[in-house]
Amino acid sequence: MSPDAFAVQFLNGLASASTLFLIAVGLSLIFGVTRIVNFAHGSFYMLGIFVAYSLVTRIGDSPFGFWVSMLLAALVVAIVGLLVELVLLRRIYQAPELFQLLATFAVVLIVRDATLAIWGPEDLLGPRAPGLKGSVDILGRQFPTYDLVLICIGPAVLAALWFVLTRTRFGVLIRAATQDRDMVGALGVNQAWLFSGVFALGAFLAALGGALQLPREPANLGIDLVAIGEAFVVVVVGGMGSIPGAFLAAFIIAEIKAMCFAIGQTTLFGVSFSFSKLTLVVEFLVMAAVLIWRPWGLMGRPGAATRNAAEIEVPLKPADARTRKLGWVVLIALVLLPLVGTAFPYTIVLSIDILVAVLFATSLHFIMGPGGMHSFGHAAYFGLGAYGAGLLVKQLGWPMEGALAAAPVAAAVGALIFGWFCVRLSGVYLAMLTLAFAQIVWSIAFQWDELTGGSNGIVGLWPAEWLSEKWAYYYLTLTLTVAGVLLLWRVLLAPFGYALRAGRDSPLRADAIGIDVFHTQWMGFVLAGAVCGVAGGLFAFSKGSIAPEAISVGRSIDGLVMVLLGGIQTLSGPVVGAALFTWLQDLIAREFQYWRAALGFTILVLVLAFPLGVAGSIKRLFVKEVA
Amino acid sequence: MSLLEVRGLSKAFGGVRAVANVTFEVNAGELLALIGPNGAGKSTCFNMLNGQLTPDAGAIAFEGQSITGMKPRQVWRRGVGRTFQITATFSSMTVRENVQVALLSHHGRLKSLFTRACDQFVDEANALLERVGMRPQAERPCSVLAYGDLKRLELAVALANKPRLLLMDEPTAGMAPKERIALMALAADIVRTDNIGVLFTEHDMDVVFAHASRMIVLNRGELIAAGAPAAVRADPEVQRIYLGSRH
Repeated sequence: MSPDAFAVQFLNGLASASTLFLIAVGLSLIFGVTRIVNFAHGSFYMLGIFVAYSLVTRIGDSPFGFWVSMLLAALVVAIVGLLVELVLLRRIYQAPELFQLLATFAVVLIVRDATLAIWGPEDLLGPRAPGLKGSVDILGRQFPTYDLVLICIGPAVLAALWFVLTRTRFGVLIRAATQDRDMVGALGVNQAWLFSGVFALGAFLAALGGALQLPREPANLGIDLVAIGEAFVVVVVGGMGSIPGAFLAAFIIAEIKAMCFAIGQTTLFGVSFSFSKLTLVVEFLVMAAVLIWRPWGLMGRPGAATRNAAEIEVPLKPADARTRKLGWVVLIALVLLPLVGTAFPYTIVLSIDILVAVLFATSLHFIMGPGGMHSFGHAAYFGLGAYGAGLLVKQLGWPMEGALAAAPVAAAVGALIFGWFCVRLSGVYLAMLTLAFAQIVWSIAFQWDELTGGSNGIVGLWPAEWLSEKWAYYYLTLTLTVAGVLLLWRVLLAPFGYALRAGRDSPLRADAIGIDVFHTQWMGFVLAGAVCGVAGGLFAFSKGSIAPEAISVGRSIDGLVMVLLGGIQTLSGPVVGAALFTWLQDLIAREFQYWRAALGFTILVLVLAFPLGVAGSIKRLFVKEVA
Repeated sequence: MSLLEVRGLSKAFGGVRAVANVTFEVNAGELLALIGPNGAGKSTCFNMLNGQLTPDAGAIAFEGQSITGMKPRQVWRRGVGRTFQITATFSSMTVRENVQVALLSHHGRLKSLFTRACDQFVDEANALLERVGMRPQAERPCSVLAYGDLKRLELAVALANKPRLLLMDEPTAGMAPKERIALMALAADIVRTDNIGVLFTEHDMDVVFAHASRMIVLNRGELIAAGAPAAVRADPEVQRIYLGSRH
């Protein structure tokens, strides 16, 4: 690489680092103080770009108007953030962590559709900044002047934040709350306004980061999830709640990415390798490395022991006679379904989707609920099953039956490797590492054109002859799903399942009565991965293809929503949640243009109305006495 | 040979010497009290004995075999049970299931994937609960128990592997006076009938003097006295620490 190319890429990296820092620092502040993992943070970033576009195209002709537009855009979004906090989050600070996550995800869906309704589906490219349209000469290469300004903004914001945090009462309270929220409350500080203030500040910073991107990249509707993914990585790498950590991590990640672009195609040990293809995954590789080596992040501190006990949970019981009867009724109805289904062919197709979702969600629930491991990357095992089966058919010419049988093996091998790293961590850190591994699987599927077909995926995966009728495939799916679900339930009620819950309830006690908690959780992780792989294999052959889109972060999130919707504390929860979610999504997506927002509002209503999940709340109706 | 032999046990955190060169024994059939003011190193000592902390120096031998540096679960498999200062139980299970898990673990059955856990070792679990007076509450979720009952449940769990040595960290903390006497009487009864050794830490001197066969006193990480309760009570050094020195 020539020195001039290196210099320009280095500066590019610095400019990206500034933006990354602005998004991540707000997320980190919000998490530090409120302990809410705010999925909607990427939406604030996206809104920042769109609002800035509207303002700049009206008043942004002069340099003054441009910069005022930037600040105004951030302010507008800060107010939106404040409203979200006041109307929604304030009601759920006491709710389980995962419910908060679900609620902020609903906000993502609503903001996405609101943006679509206001600004339309097209990408909007803003004008370049007045007065900064030119470029400067860096070792003979042109570098945009605006990007130089951007490079300076990151450190400027860092300095401003440092001033606020160390020199103002608000800042002192933020730092105190980040260290010990209970103590700040006990000292008589009104936490309500502190939380609102921090949330608004975080939204302001994210939106400012977005607004400043306007001259560099078009305002685009998909950018919210990309931004939140990157911001999570930066926050985790830097250390939750650490502002200098966010700055350092943003710098490291942006520079590594820039260098991957700079190196481009190169030959290593005789093999041609494209570093620019690595950019999709490199930040997740960095995060995985940091989490394994220093789980609390580069500049974070190992978390203080939480004083809240684990969620109170009703003991799991084998199904009683009434529940068994209900189970048989449902099963018989499902067996008879194709008889009615011939009149409505779509019913069979939708039912297959629902069954696959049920198997997917039940396997996720297995590790999330009883296992206590909140995986944000369950799509990885779905993908390994689907791609594993697909590749065996396409590359090795295996018959469909054999490939489907191998799907759980492929997923289990992945879970064996990823799980070994993941189960060492807990809480948000475990969630982030599972997410990182899922992104790595996704980007391999997306990038490795020769093997996986890249973004088109693998096509022409059809069931064997005897399964070619939809109803036949439906019965196969039904059989495997019922078998998978019953298997996992059985295991949960067996000694192994008790050991798994013991490790979640009290690792200290579990260890003190001879339970190898690590090994138990690891094996639980592998079992859930294997069952999830079956779901992936069934999915691939039911659609006739598998593409990266089907195994993206969206699927992992769908799984979380299903489990939480149904209720994490009941065995039937993921089944009800998956069926309800898939059916609702299908129904709404066909009926409304703004199905995302409708889904978001539905989730919000469900979260606020059924804090135990749907199945959990129904159970509560029938099971009066807990004690 | 003593049941438990501790030789020159030491542990420092940063520059703080929490436990320094502590040596003592626990014999079968005795209730040995480990006492000392706050911060004397009692809990650190305890956590090294069951493997939660690794000692910087020193040796721990149980029934003549070294258990130094072993993990808690390995120490437990050798026959050492323990209860915690702040109770640690499985809150998503019933009282009986808490004991059943310990029994399943003791019998090496926890890897079983398909048998139904709640049907196994029911009688043994009931017997253990009976012993600590928790049998009537066997079906209740552990999460709704009163604190004193949790302590008794922990004791039942700790007895599940028929330990020859029981470590009890502040067994009566947070309990009503009447409950304290009952629990220690129970512990004394277990020592007598099963001929096991019990090492316990305790703040309440009434409890200690009423039940301990012998006691050892820690102060600032060092062992300063050991012997029968009456002798320790008369020890000038112990009096100085607990009552303050005369100026």
